[in-house]
Amino acid sequence: MENDRQTLNRNLAQMLKGGVIMDVTTPEQAKIAEEAGACAVMALERIPADIRAAGGVARMSDPKMIKGIQAAVSIPVMAKCRIGHIAEAQILQAIDIDYIDESEVLSPADDVYHIDKTQFRVPFVCGARNLSEALRRIAEGATMIRTKGEPGTGDVVQAVHHMRLMQSQIRDLVAKRPDELFEAAKQLQAPYDLVKYVHDHGKLPVVNFAAGGVATPADAALMMELGAEGVFVGSGIFKSGNPRKRAAAIVKAVTNYNDPKVLAEISEDLGEAMVGINADEIQLLMAERGK
Amino acid sequence: MKKRIAVLALQGAFIEHEKMLQRLGADVFEIREKDDWQQPKDGLVIPGGESTVMVKLLVELGLHDEIRNDIVAGLPVFGTCAGLILLSAHVRQHEGEEAEPMSGALSTMDITTCRNAYGRQLGSFATEADVEGVGKVPMTFIRAPFIESVGPKAEALASVDGHVVAARQGNQLVTAFHPELTDDTRVHEAFLKMI
Repeated sequence: MENDRQTLNRNLAQMLKGGVIMDVTTPEQAKIAEEAGACAVMALERIPADIRAAGGVARMSDPKMIKGIQAAVSIPVMAKCRIGHIAEAQILQAIDIDYIDESEVLSPADDVYHIDKTQFRVPFVCGARNLSEALRRIAEGATMIRTKGEPGTGDVVQAVHHMRLMQSQIRDLVAKRPDELFEAAKQLQAPYDLVKYVHDHGKLPVVNFAAGGVATPADAALMMELGAEGVFVGSGIFKSGNPRKRAAAIVKAVTNYNDPKVLAEISEDLGEAMVGINADEIQLLMAERGK
Repeated sequence: MKKRIAVLALQGAFIEHEKMLQRLGADVFEIREKDDWQQPKDGLVIPGGESTVMVKLLVELGLHDEIRNDIVAGLPVFGTCAGLILLSAHVRQHEGEEAEPMSGALSTMDITTCRNAYGRQLGSFATEADVEGVGKVPMTFIRAPFIESVGPKAEALASVDGHVVAARQGNQLVTAFHPELTDDTRVHEAFLKMI
């Protein structure tokens, strides 16, 4: 049997479902995340809120720092490369990363082309604001999708917007007659076979997580309710008053998102949430990067 | 009578198991919190996912003791990948470390398991091999464990490259691979026959 990397890489994303992927900047934070029940960690030098505050060009993290995190935990370790930065992706593959996030949180290296992810053995997750972007990224070889949201804000409104839009576009495709799918593919600027898949199955062919602005257990539960298969939490944990407790509560909120009694219990006494900025008050819209 | 299977749905690829069991004519329901476990059931499936997440939630949601007691009392259980780790009496977390009982795991099977035994995602692979009593099946290994040693109470059912990847002990069946990710239903059928 051939070893089809695309399938194996989609399969790893399936194992992450129902889980929380947490941004960490040090081995210590990675351990806290693992102990709190993270199903994977995203290793990066600065969390999105600090990237936003610092300004300047945000690049791939130092491989040594990523290796330190790989050594500290037994769960999958992900890392970000810039959109279109083939060499950064090759470096991350060379250090045996479990998943690459070709991410709009970093400064794009290419303002036209994304990486041809089919040329890599290591899996990629990409952000998307709508079904068009999601299907284009999948065509390029992404084996997992996440909403872009608006990273580093602690404001969930954009993640909600993106997830609702994607789900409603999926429902629209399901409702179409088969002979209408060719035009739909044209409208979506996405390959026909992927449009057909969504029509036939009522879902993306890969796992779809929520990301960008999740700060509380209730935010995580909201995203699950709207159809997310799991949640990325970036700045929301280690920018809060009690990261350990908040991280554990968000993990439970994803498992029991449809039980308000559990949610009420775990939302108590979490300390301060990240202060956050409203997504409409910020200058830089990271979600506009990479369409 | 339709068989009624509980699927541990704390984290991971539980929906894939549910679909496969439904294809085989079983009723399924999800276990997410303590009350869910009170329902009548003929068997339990523990899916793939991250074992560290599952052991933590098993304990904190108050599910651990009741599930363990029922398995010890004879409830048929089928664990894949992380599910295998949860059922192993001893687990080696990292290369070079001692194998010991994993805190919060169910630890009901007389086997020693090595976590992430094939390395990171680049070590994930698919192959085919014989499973005793089932025949040759496709096997998908995702950051998978393997069984290092099988104690006298358990028996090995399949091996790949000299490592045990499936085992049974009375009412308990485990695989290091993911039959739920393939179209082949025979391992799930074998589990349903144990009921």
